[in-house]
Amino acid sequence: MKRKNLFVKLITWSIAALLLAGSLAGCGGNDGSAATFRTLDEIKESGKVVIGVFSDKAPFGYVDENGDYQGYDVYFAERIAKDLGVEVEYVSTAPASRVEYVATGKVDIILANFTVTEERAQQVDFALPYMKVKLGVVSPDNALITDAEQLNGKTLIVVKGTTAETYFEKNYPNVNLQKYDEYADAYNALLDGRGDAFSTDNTEVLAWAIQNPGFTVGIDALGNADTIAPAVQKGNTTLLDWLNDEIAALGEENFFHADYAATLASVYGDAANPDNLVVEGGKVE
Amino acid sequence: MRDSGINVLFLGKNFLRLLEGLGVTLRISLIAVLLSLPLGILLGMFMTLKNPVSKAISRIYLEFIRIMPQLVLLFIAYFGVTRMFGWNLSADVSAVIVFTLWGTAEMGDLVRGALISIPRHQYDSAAALGMTKVQTFIHVVVPQTMRRLIPLTINLTTRMIKTTSLVVLIGMTEVLKVGKQIIDANRFEYPTAALWIYGVIFLLYFLACWPISMLAKKLEKRWR
Repeated sequence: MKRKNLFVKLITWSIAALLLAGSLAGCGGNDGSAATFRTLDEIKESGKVVIGVFSDKAPFGYVDENGDYQGYDVYFAERIAKDLGVEVEYVSTAPASRVEYVATGKVDIILANFTVTEERAQQVDFALPYMKVKLGVVSPDNALITDAEQLNGKTLIVVKGTTAETYFEKNYPNVNLQKYDEYADAYNALLDGRGDAFSTDNTEVLAWAIQNPGFTVGIDALGNADTIAPAVQKGNTTLLDWLNDEIAALGEENFFHADYAATLASVYGDAANPDNLVVEGGKVE
Repeated sequence: MRDSGINVLFLGKNFLRLLEGLGVTLRISLIAVLLSLPLGILLGMFMTLKNPVSKAISRIYLEFIRIMPQLVLLFIAYFGVTRMFGWNLSADVSAVIVFTLWGTAEMGDLVRGALISIPRHQYDSAAALGMTKVQTFIHVVVPQTMRRLIPLTINLTTRMIKTTSLVVLIGMTEVLKVGKQIIDANRFEYPTAALWIYGVIFLLYFLACWPISMLAKKLEKRWR
């Protein structure tokens, strides 16, 4: 009899706990239809656009000492909000969760150094690109490599699984590749002189060469360009079209060169040519 | 070598931002702890019932939560639920739900362990003194169980505080993420900032967990 009482009490408590959890969930749910995207008009009406950016990838998206978002992507995001006539709300995203954020409609636009790939294009809709990444080759000043042909018969350091690895294997079979698992190991190998040069994304080597005197990026744009573009949820055509028009229109005023000057120039200095990184009006030549 | 990295701490609102990050960490973890302790105690009692159905249910729940990494649970609560049902849970609510589910499962098993560790003769002696089952439970079992539970509960609580650093993956900026942001924003001017920032974060976590340890010590003494 006593045990039965206890049992009934427990069941009651469990149900109460479930109800509590349910009501908590109810508080969080906005309108139940949030899995779908917000159209251009809905964003304008709400007075706020939600944009997913990086918060720890200087100089593309980071937070400054006053807690404000800054960087190349953020500069563009501010402009988008201004031209939409709305406030901007930033969501800090991690590389692995970018697709999920757009796919679930938790952000309207992802603007987090998002490289266009076929695999991602099946899950999100990419707008026109606003930046491009090619390969760069960094080498010591006293034996500077300025042309990929110079590498024939020499040792080139690459990181496994990068585009640099596949590019050189395919196009320059006479280059000896020395492969590492981690970026830090590869850079150390270059510093120790275990190879003649190191190749990876040009944005990466350019920033590294500035911090390491004695090394220069002799080739800053090699191979096919990977493009970087904003992404919206699949099927959100009103927002996608608006973004494409916006990017095309911004090309007229060389907006992304101004963006480069404001955010990236201080990091890359004279080492990089902005034309090798910036895409204006969504046109990649 | 330029300025020492410690200066980064005093740039702008950096230190305040770290404290705000700690606030997020503590808010999520303490709400989750406060919910999981009572729920876990109930679950633990539920688990000791000698009923095959209740045993199966609690077993499945425990194993599910134990096997699933918290990160996966967070993704399910934050993104998965939106995809499947269209419920848009905020990051705060998802985090509290996941950490409560996890804390309840762990706490439940701790309570179960503590309950079944009370030796048989304690029940027999109580019965010999003429106590009813409820009296035995309240006056004999609970006090002994409580004492056994304190260190285990403190371990769980501090573990929950530290594990909340996973919430960055659903977009919340807690103390560790703020630290990474500060390090990254200053990586060109202050390459040595990382050591200082992580040092301060270590100290902040310590200051958050230490009072809980002290409280446990006090309780243990009082209930001896």
